Formats: sequence, C-alpha cells, structure tokens
Amino acid sequence: MKRSFAVLLLLLAAPFLTAQSEPILVPEVSQSRVEVRQGFTGANLLLYGAVIAPRGAAEDYDIVVVLKGPAEPVRIREKERLAGIWMNAGASDFRSAPSFFAVASSQPVSEIVDERTAAIYELGTDFIQLSPSGQIDPEEQSRYASGLVELRRRQGLYKQDPQGVRISEGVLYQARIALPSNVTTGAYTAETFAIARGRVLASATARIEVEKVGLEGQVVVASQRWALFYGMGAIALSLAMGWLAGRVFARG
Amino acid sequence: MRGFHRLCHSANRYGMDVYLPIANLSVNGLFIVLLGGLTGILSGLFGVGGGFLTTPLLIFYGIPPTVAAASAATQVTGASVSGVLAHSRRNGVDYRMGTVMVGGGVIGALIGAVLFRLLQALGQIDVVINILYVLMLGSIGALMMREAIVALRPALLGKGGAPVRKRRHHPLVASLPYRWRFYASGLYISPLAPLILGMLVGILTMLMGVGGGFLLVPAMLYILGMSGNVVVGTSLYQILFVTMVTTMTHALTTKAVDIVLAALLLLGSVMGAQFGTQIALKARPEYLRLALAALVLVIALRMLYGLGVQPDEIYTVAPL
Repeated sequence: MKRSFAVLLLLLAAPFLTAQSEPILVPEVSQSRVEVRQGFTGANLLLYGAVIAPRGAAEDYDIVVVLKGPAEPVRIREKERLAGIWMNAGASDFRSAPSFFAVASSQPVSEIVDERTAAIYELGTDFIQLSPSGQIDPEEQSRYASGLVELRRRQGLYKQDPQGVRISEGVLYQARIALPSNVTTGAYTAETFAIARGRVLASATARIEVEKVGLEGQVVVASQRWALFYGMGAIALSLAMGWLAGRVFARG
Repeated sequence: MRGFHRLCHSANRYGMDVYLPIANLSVNGLFIVLLGGLTGILSGLFGVGGGFLTTPLLIFYGIPPTVAAASAATQVTGASVSGVLAHSRRNGVDYRMGTVMVGGGVIGALIGAVLFRLLQALGQIDVVINILYVLMLGSIGALMMREAIVALRPALLGKGGAPVRKRRHHPLVASLPYRWRFYASGLYISPLAPLILGMLVGILTMLMGVGGGFLLVPAMLYILGMSGNVVVGTSLYQILFVTMVTTMTHALTTKAVDIVLAALLLLGSVMGAQFGTQIALKARPEYLRLALAALVLVIALRMLYGLGVQPDEIYTVAPL
C-alpha cells in the first residue's frame, strides 16, 4: 500500500523530476514474497509500474519484463542411439542455468530490439546466458543449450509471452507471469526494461522471495538438518500405518 | 505416456491438490492414493512390493526419479508390515530364513548405494536400471509363465491330477557347507544360500528402487526350494527390513524421501495390501502365479520397447 502510494506520488511529481533525457521507470510487484505451503498450485505474479518520459520527449516505450529464478550449475546430458538402445552419450556443463526464466513484452522482442541488444539484456529464452564451462566447440554448446531451454520450456519453467505486457496511456504497464507449482525456492529478480528506438533507455529491478513456509518449510528443514530423525520418522509412519491397517482389517 | 500424463493433470482440476515439499511440485492426492492402493493389492497378493510399478508410474507423473525411488521404498515398508502381519497370523513366515536374508539384504543395500553413486557419476544409471529391469523381469516372467502353464495343463485339459513334481532345491545350494534346519520352510540347507540371495536383492533394492519381491519369490521357490505356503510371507518379511534400511540410506544420503508423498502412497497401499491378502487366501496359487508372470512379462516388454524407441526427452538436466 505504502509503495503504491509512492508510485502515485512519483507520477504526480513526474513533470518536475524529468529534467534529464532518460525516462524514469518505477516497477512494482503484486507480492514480494511468494509462500509455498500446503495446497500450493502455483502463483500468479502481477508486475506493474509506470514509465515516465522526460519533459518534451513524447515517446512511446516498449516494456520488457524478465523474471529470473535462482541460477544453479547443471550438467546436461544428451541421449543417442547406441547399439539399438537410447542412452546418454555426451554431456556439457553450464555454470549458471536459471531455475526459472520468463519474458513478457509489449510486442515480440524481435520487433523491439536487434539480436545483439536482446542478447546483452537476455530478452528471450534464446538469449539466456548459461555460462558454459569446459572446452567444447560453440556449435555443440548451443545445441546443448537449446536442449536445456526446450526441456525446461516443456516443464513450464522457461517461457516467453510476446503479448504479456499491457501498456495503458503510454505510462502505466502491467505484466502477468504465472509461477508453476514446480518452481525452485529462493530469490527471484524481476527486471523491467523501457525500450524505444531499439535502445534500452531505462531499467529497474525488483526482488521476489519464493519460500516454503509452514509445515512444508519444516519438512524441508527437517530432511536437511535432522536427516536421521527424519528417516526414522518416515519409517515409523509407514510401520504405524501398516500395523494400524492390519489391526483394523483383522477385526473386520 | 503423454496421454497418461495429461490424464493425471486433468484430474487436478477437481481439487485434491497436494503439494509435495521434497519433490517440489503439487500433485493430485487422490491419484497417488489410488496408485498406492494398486501396488498394495499386488503386495498382498503376490508378496512383491509393487515398487516395480510405483516407481516408473511416479516418474511418468513428473516426480523426480530419486524422490520417486526413495519414497516408494518407504511405501513398500508400510505395505509389507500389514502383509507380514496378515501372513504371520496363518504361520506363513519363516522368521529364521527371513532374518538370514535380511542380513544379506543390508549388506547388499550398502553395496548398491556405492554402485548407484558410481553409475550416477557416469550418467548411465537410468539405462542400467532399464536394462536390469528388462533382463530380470523378462527371464523371471518367462520362467514363471512356463511353470504356471505346466502346473495348469492337466486342469485345463480336464484330466485328473497330474503327478506333483517333487520340490527340490538347486544342486548348487546343496553343495554349500554348514547346513541349518529351516523348519517352517521344510529345508535343511546352508544359510549361505539365502544370505547371498538376500544380498543380490538388497543391491537391486537400492539400484532400482524396488523391494525385489518379484525376484525373491521365484528364487525362493525354484532355487531354494522353499515350501510354497511360507514363500510370500517370508519374502514380505525380508522386504520389510530391507526397505527400512533403504529409506534410511536415502534419508541420510540423497535426502530425497518425501514424507507427504510416502504418506499418500501408504494410505492406499496398506488398505490394498489387506485386500490382496484376502484374495490370495481364496484364489488358487497356480492362477496367481500365472497372473503375476503375465504382469511381469508385460512390464518387461514395455521397458524393452522404451529402450529402443526414441525418448520424449533427448536431454536431461542434473545439478552439479
């Protein structure tokens, strides 16, 4: 509430603030904390805000929002048919594969910027900087990278929506990005870019914390920190349920 | 399998969503309970844990393979305890034989854990598991099918009772030293035989995420030559303890035991196991063996087909 108020205040003050030539971008997120608890089936994030043009420049901006989940080092394996059997043949390592990557834009990214700019700002699932490690040739690397992107796209973890951002009155924008239930927890960043004439004129970052809370959070903590007791608990649970069912049925 | 996958997820529209904290996704709770029930019936009926069915189905559903295997092991514990109770009430458990096999199973589980790590590092764990499944299930299924048909032929042809083949254990078993008496099984053999058998099953439990009952039951019948009425109960007894060790090993090393997933599977399977035991008491063992043989062969053929056909996903991702 307080932050929405700040947005409003900035909007009102805009004509006086915009003495410089760059537009001002004020991003906001519907929730800065996503709680994963029992019954969690995903979350719908609303990323909105305002883009304020500098005085005198009545430009139309395109908005691109990139939401990224925590990155992790991964090894990608590729299956090949060997002696009639499909098995893993090659592998390639990447140091930073984001666990979640979504791009929403006001129109297709290819119509907003050229490929070079898109690659610099990671404006699309084809431009994710995965930091390949090890010595393999670039062509092979890009094959593995597109394999990863395709796999995660089908899992709903990587996506792009070329009509995902709506701009009203050339000032207010809003984007909706759905987090599926299989997201990794951690710190997410939402980067918003205001683009005109093929140039990124302003950018701003908001953070979103995705965490497991309640019983679900405690289960994860228990399995990590008190693995012995957690294992004993799982065994006790299965023994108790089996024994109970045996008793109930024996009587009946 | 795409169709199956879609079916599972379309059911989610009707509520029943349960979030699995370790597997990291939400599933249809009712579907998981029914899956548990199905494996529970198999468990009570045949003395097999049903893990060979649960683990692949959970993976098709989208649950990470390690979580599926670890949680299935926990479920098999619960299904076996009610099965063991049911069978012990009618003296269907040879505790002495079972305990020897458990000892072997624990050693095997530890060897299996080392092998698992090694194959995982090489990136070949999946294909090794699949080839093992095809070889094991294929050969055991064929063996059981032959036996069942031979036993059933006179009944099917409407002739009088055929001469019952005298039960004998494998000559190799007889050559082992230090014989013990196993009264319930009607055997006088070396404990090394069940120990080695238990060890092999323990390795498979850890590698394949299965209880190993489908291997144990025929081996007890045809290699050890145990009396048929204690085979199922003793197999469940062995599985009960070996899956407990497996659950613990997973909890301490892979940390992949999802207690919510296990509880849902258990809910179905402990009830299913009771029904399975009831059916087992009424049905004729020859028909039961024929049915198990058919099921095992079908799964073996499905997995063989899976090895040769181009998989949906050519690429797989593993954290480093």
